[in-house]
Amino acid sequence: MLTLRAIRLVLLALPFLLTSIDAARAQETDIPALVQSMGEASLRELGQIVSDLASTGDPAVVPALQALADGNLYLDEASSAVVIQRGSALSDPVSGDAVALGADADLSRIRVNNSLRRDIATALAGMTLMSDNPATRLAAANGFMARPDPANIPLLDEAIAAETNANVLRLMQAARAVTILGDDEFDLADRQAAIPVIASNAGRSAITILTGALSTAPDDLKPAIQSALAGLEQERAVWGALQNVWFGISLGSVLLLAAIGLAITFGVMGVINMAHGEMVMLGAYTTFIVQLIIRQNFPFLLDYSLLIALPAAFFLTGAIGVGIERGVIRWLYGRPLETLLATWGISLILQQSVRSIFGPTNQMVIAPTWMSGSFEFYGLSITYGRFWIVIFAAIVFALLLLVLNRTALGLQMRAVTQNRRMASSMGIRTPFVDAMTFGLGSGIAGLAGVALTQIDNISPNLGQNYIIDSFMVVVFGGVGNLWGTLVGALTLGVANKFLEPYAGAVLGKILILVLIILFIQRRPRGLFALKGRAVEQ
Amino acid sequence: MIRFSAKSALLAAAFAGSAFLPMTPVLAQDDTIKVGILHSLSGTMAISETTLKDTMLFLIEKQNAAGGVLGKQIEPVVVDIASDWPLAAELARQLVEVDNVDAVFGCWTSVCRKSVLPVFEELNSLLFYPVQYEGEESQRNVFYTGASPNQQAIPAVDYLMEEEGVERWVLAGTDYVYPQTTNKILEQYLLDAGVAPEDIMINYTPFGHSDWQTIVSDIKAFGSAGKKTAVVSTINGDANVPFYRELGNQGIKAEDIPVVAFSVGEEELSGFDTTPLVGHLAAWNYFMSVDTPENEAFIADWQAYIGSTDRVTNDPMEAHYIGFNLWVKAVEAAGTTDADAVIDAIVGLETPNLTGGTATMLPNHHITKPVLIGEIQDDGQFFVVWETEDLVPGDAWSDFLPESAMLEADWTAPINCGNYNTQTQTCGAAAQ
Repeated sequence: MLTLRAIRLVLLALPFLLTSIDAARAQETDIPALVQSMGEASLRELGQIVSDLASTGDPAVVPALQALADGNLYLDEASSAVVIQRGSALSDPVSGDAVALGADADLSRIRVNNSLRRDIATALAGMTLMSDNPATRLAAANGFMARPDPANIPLLDEAIAAETNANVLRLMQAARAVTILGDDEFDLADRQAAIPVIASNAGRSAITILTGALSTAPDDLKPAIQSALAGLEQERAVWGALQNVWFGISLGSVLLLAAIGLAITFGVMGVINMAHGEMVMLGAYTTFIVQLIIRQNFPFLLDYSLLIALPAAFFLTGAIGVGIERGVIRWLYGRPLETLLATWGISLILQQSVRSIFGPTNQMVIAPTWMSGSFEFYGLSITYGRFWIVIFAAIVFALLLLVLNRTALGLQMRAVTQNRRMASSMGIRTPFVDAMTFGLGSGIAGLAGVALTQIDNISPNLGQNYIIDSFMVVVFGGVGNLWGTLVGALTLGVANKFLEPYAGAVLGKILILVLIILFIQRRPRGLFALKGRAVEQ
Repeated sequence: MIRFSAKSALLAAAFAGSAFLPMTPVLAQDDTIKVGILHSLSGTMAISETTLKDTMLFLIEKQNAAGGVLGKQIEPVVVDIASDWPLAAELARQLVEVDNVDAVFGCWTSVCRKSVLPVFEELNSLLFYPVQYEGEESQRNVFYTGASPNQQAIPAVDYLMEEEGVERWVLAGTDYVYPQTTNKILEQYLLDAGVAPEDIMINYTPFGHSDWQTIVSDIKAFGSAGKKTAVVSTINGDANVPFYRELGNQGIKAEDIPVVAFSVGEEELSGFDTTPLVGHLAAWNYFMSVDTPENEAFIADWQAYIGSTDRVTNDPMEAHYIGFNLWVKAVEAAGTTDADAVIDAIVGLETPNLTGGTATMLPNHHITKPVLIGEIQDDGQFFVVWETEDLVPGDAWSDFLPESAMLEADWTAPINCGNYNTQTQTCGAAAQ
């Protein structure tokens, strides 16, 4: 503890030290040696070196520490030099100059563990609080908030005075408040005043911090903390419910994507297509291949590989769908049991061929940067991946409605499903329309596959996880009705997410199944039943 | 038809062997020793088990190149149990009765092991089971070369408690026998260690669960109670990738809430961009990154055999490596492949493992293993941050559950029993 305090004091003295050139020089001399000694150090020794480096308080150590935490610091086994590697560029960890190593260079990473990463973050927070980059300052303020220390208060005060970015400022104030609340050296009034600052500025960690503080706070402070907590808890309950709705919509949109192709092949054409899930799986593998090609040949397009994969997946699975319809299904119209068995066979063949070609292990599709991470929307935490999938599902649904209701092909499809013989005598090529409809349904399954690469495994079994859910959505929503599929998917998604916290994931799923069985008993045709003569066939 | 010819051939062989031993050339079938490989090559477990099938073929090929066993070549018999457990029992019976294999290497899930167990007991054959499992079992015909809870789960929890100062625990698992039993043991262990019941959250999900939004956000909320929180994950198979993806997306960092997994290895991570997962943990008895000459040679041989330098090695592969070598040694020691002789010979045998230690077959049919804790790196490998100083002997019956604390397994004379009650000094006293 004493040494830690000493480190803090040195850190604090940093600005003054820098003014004294001699002192800075004196310290600079041993930094390269310390950095170089990291190469052969054990984890424990590394911890010591990190704290030694931090105690120099020299900003020159920041790149080395940052690289160590990020895993970019390497040891060249041949020359035992420690270097930073970014991409293929090598640089010196202290001076930042480019380094050229001999041909026999054998780089091995200097590895760190969680507790070292935490130490480095703390050390860096002190040195980067004045950085020019707002994101770095934000990270530094976060570091101070996570590991409060009263010795940091002057540093924080100085940073707060100089801060211009509103978000960073709020967090710095929160960090300051957390530090004051947590230490009994400060007087009660100050600590009391810190509580509302934490509640309003610390965001989602406020509850954590206040609950933690509650156990150690003196009795005089407890009522204030409790009332702040009560307010936050109430707020969280409201947002929690909204968050559940969002989770439900997001699950529903995944169900919708998987089911909507089936709504066409099963709902509109009446074909029980057990190979539908495999179309989804093939869409996912197409994405994998597209990304592989892009990564090897056009790395600058990597962020857009999903967008490029969309048409590829649509046309590939669409073509396979047409092939299946022409090759197998058209011989089996009106014989649901045989169709079921034949398409099930096809699904097994597709699964095993993919397994033979690509191997049984999962394949990797990297999430583009615009689909990684999450953002805060008032009290909601929304992950970008899910957000784009919801948008994507909505677009696919709208486009499909447009195709069915506003194009010649859509008109013919509806005509053929409603009365095949009449449509045929009006000059519609019904076999062509059948193939196109099946192709469209399969193509949309392929699109779903592209989206699912972002949330699920890309393995030969991918489709199997979705086929049951898809049938459930279509049957529940009402066969032959796209709006039914939309409402069905969203209802199941939201219901599932509201049951899950109470019943658990396993029981929740069972309950949903039971509810659907009961519902189908009452309304055998689903939510939105088709009416009219077509139904009686 | 096949059954008939195989039987008659055997009869002929037996007859020929007894009557005209020196003169008659031995039938082709007698030239080889057959080994059964009982893994899922299709269905949901194919992702993990196909590699184990390849591992066994690789080990057998290597052994044959080195002269086989008892001067005979080993002939692998591969069957696909298709992730279907009743089928596994049927195929196990077929392997032993029809194909006449002398030992079977196989199964991944506990439910597979439980369903083939009666077959091996009835037909008195041998099963080598290579995966970490929940313990609470010891059977005369089965050799458990994977970890029991005291060789994986308990040390991992100790590590989190001591090194990371964790006080609040989420036990998340897939809903079947291994996670349920492991979590039961862990819960009791944590309660004994003074963790309050409200600081333990247990959560189960179905196989292949893909929508983790609610659970991950629950974990986040549970972890925001001001105490250091960790997740102990017994989530199995395909569900892991979406789970870790959601963790990464919701911004749960290893420095804040570390996840320690018992079923996630190099193979599972190979389909995955692990950058957001750096620092999350796994507990195993072997990591591909362990730097020993044995391991280096094993990886090089394996990659040459499979024809790809991208293929990784993992813990259950090492378990098969150990199990197979122990079986070969036992057969050589017994001078026969007869099940009873091998069972007697194998206890006490030693073979080097790949991490620089020695695996010893214990009287309870478990083996000694080191326990390693690794942190996930951005290249899908693990960096060992902690390991036990000594080898840990596998314990069949957990000492932390009151109903099994007094049980012991010992398949050597005079006890010769899988559930010996040390209090009443009788066998089979507790319900299994």
